[in-house]
Amino acid sequence: MSFINYMAREINCKIVYYGPGLCGKTTNLQYIYERTNPDAKGKMISLATETERTLFFDFLPLSLGEIRGFKTRFHLYTVPGQVFYDASRKLILKGVDGVVFVADSQIERMEANLESVENLRTNLQEQGYSLDRLPYVIQYNKRDLPNVASVEELRELVNSTHVPEFEACARTGVGVFETLKAIAKLVLTELKRGS
Amino acid sequence: MVNPQMVMYEEEFNRIQMVVDRLVQDANARVVFIVDKNGQLIAASGDVENLDTTSLASLTAGNIAATGGMAKLLKENEFATQFHEGEKANIHIQLVGNRVILVVIFDAKSSLGLVRLRVKRASEELNRIFEALLKKVQEPGESPFAEITDEDIDNLFND
Repeated sequence: MSFINYMAREINCKIVYYGPGLCGKTTNLQYIYERTNPDAKGKMISLATETERTLFFDFLPLSLGEIRGFKTRFHLYTVPGQVFYDASRKLILKGVDGVVFVADSQIERMEANLESVENLRTNLQEQGYSLDRLPYVIQYNKRDLPNVASVEELRELVNSTHVPEFEACARTGVGVFETLKAIAKLVLTELKRGS
Repeated sequence: MVNPQMVMYEEEFNRIQMVVDRLVQDANARVVFIVDKNGQLIAASGDVENLDTTSLASLTAGNIAATGGMAKLLKENEFATQFHEGEKANIHIQLVGNRVILVVIFDAKSSLGLVRLRVKRASEELNRIFEALLKKVQEPGESPFAEITDEDIDNLFND
């Protein structure tokens, strides 16, 4: 749920990075954090376990500049990817304005990708959202690894609705900002359409 | 539209800010702030200069969301109040009208009893303001975003 503040002349939107465990959601946010101008970002918060697995969420506030005198602020969140943290994932989706699904391109993670994208659809439905009506993009991550499925295979598996898709290597930053820009644009376009 | 928007206007913001400013005084608090359930900071008052209110807002909302999840499992409606006691600082968190979260940070200069008393009164006032705000938001009106062009959006991303 975007928040329009006429007093502060700000639009605030919430974007959630979703995907199976170890697919690179936190790595996406870390790369964005590292490469963003200090005055355009806030502190990145990671609620993680001792082994650096996301426990509840990562949070990164970003400013993207002004539109018609309104500052645009995006709050980026990741969910914990591990299957048993489903209750937490549902909470993070509350009030979401746009979703990035990060798929792990490795062949052995195909089942995990499918399970996660189905879990995303179900959890959104529980909150009264439809994945088909929400600003939504998909990132095929880890394209640099040797044992990856083809983009065609991935598309067939997790992108049957043909939403914008991006190949990425979040560790080195390939595709990270392209993905972010695409979802931010879709969210703003939806805001325009909905107003 | 999929997402109903939270909107804040100048008039309501000023009324909310007054309540928050007064609560800092009345409760002898260090900081008071209001966050919506999605983690967006709405208003803050007190010694906020050296405080990362954006992060605090997001964590507060996460906290309330997690507690709400626990309440649901116990077939409770909500746990409307939370209190965290530290060595120097304490945090009192109150859900207002199941819509926004009122957070009071205080130290030894105040007490839990005083904070609870003052929060109760402030919550009632805030609830009235937010109810009126919600009605206003539902009225059809001009939005500045109807006029945004694709070019405006593209311009944001020109590096």
